[in-house]
Amino acid sequence: MIVAERKPVDEILKMIGGAKRVLILGCRGCVSVCSAGGEREVEILASMLKVGRKKEGKPIEIIEASLVRQCDKEYIDSIDQWDGQFDAILSMACGVGVNFIANLRPMVNVYPAVNTSFFGGSAEQGVWSEQCAGCGDCVLHVTGGLCPVARCAKSLMNGPCGGSQDGRCEIHRDVPCIWQSVYEKLNGLGRQEQMLELAPIRDWRSAGHGGPRTAVRDDLTV
Amino acid sequence: MSDFTPNIQVFCCHYTSQQALSVSPEGLRADGFPAGASINRVVCGGKLKVSSLLKAFEDGADGVCVVACPEDKCHNLMGSQRAAKRAGAVKKVLAELGLEAERISMHHLERGFHQEFVTVAQEMEQRVKAMGPSPIKGEK
Ligand code: SF4
Ligand code: SF4
Repeated sequence: MIVAERKPVDEILKMIGGAKRVLILGCRGCVSVCSAGGEREVEILASMLKVGRKKEGKPIEIIEASLVRQCDKEYIDSIDQWDGQFDAILSMACGVGVNFIANLRPMVNVYPAVNTSFFGGSAEQGVWSEQCAGCGDCVLHVTGGLCPVARCAKSLMNGPCGGSQDGRCEIHRDVPCIWQSVYEKLNGLGRQEQMLELAPIRDWRSAGHGGPRTAVRDDLTV
Repeated sequence: MSDFTPNIQVFCCHYTSQQALSVSPEGLRADGFPAGASINRVVCGGKLKVSSLLKAFEDGADGVCVVACPEDKCHNLMGSQRAAKRAGAVKKVLAELGLEAERISMHHLERGFHQEFVTVAQEMEQRVKAMGPSPIKGEK
């Protein structure tokens, strides 16, 4: 899922400026699972903004709502039910949601209430960690399923940098050296020979270095 | 400030509040429960929501106390630990909003009625009196 975190409240208050009526729009997708922008967080942010604005002596009217997803046109269309009732939308979805609202509703002021952080999963209750970089050219078949692009601090493709100690990355002892983990994983599976395969020089265009990416499935476009 | 009666909202779980609620409000006041303090009961501390605690401030509370079972003796195992985490989250939110974090406090008490239950509210009353009314009070 996409993992996000709420922005500090003073940053949010600053971006909405003097808006008197705000629609706080949560998303029941990824950000709901990582507790950054689901219904519960909409309720909390609404309270925070009301308290923050009361303190400034500038009360605010808030509509609280959540869409099934904010990355699909059919759900964005349901925003129209609040037409004329808000000066700005504060989206609690990932950046995709904010972009979709901006794309589809040119006359709407839309602001992000969260920082979209990474693609990850829940390592334990309340803890999420990055697992994938969405680089567009997956190499997990040669690395034992562990991603060196996202999980090596230097995104190295041909084994460790030489700085790791006791299996920990040289950037911080809390971070495992993913190349050590790749080695252990492949070794355990009797596939350690795979470590000797040279990864060719990489074409990073698929990682966004060639501009924004699109995915087209011809069989679904009718 | 002498005529200021702080609005104190005490949130407690069923087990820490049952005895307190079984005595009449007059009885509780006679024991020293502050005049501006009210009890909000939840079935378990784990049910307490961050948004409900924030709403209390939004609705004019000067101070909020959360009372739940002892950490290692919660009737529902983890409920009081969860309540403490949520109170901690609200403390951070208050600080983020530039309000005094001491306006919320967390307490773990044994079930049944004890004088400590009253003391919790009295201490918050003293603290709030020293800080003054919540800066977000006023028209809604
Ligand atoms: S808008 Fe973002 S957070 Fe919501 S479902 Fe789509 S990708 Fe996930
Ligand atoms: S120590 Fe390991 S994870 Fe860290 S930068 Fe070097 S190879 Fe990458």
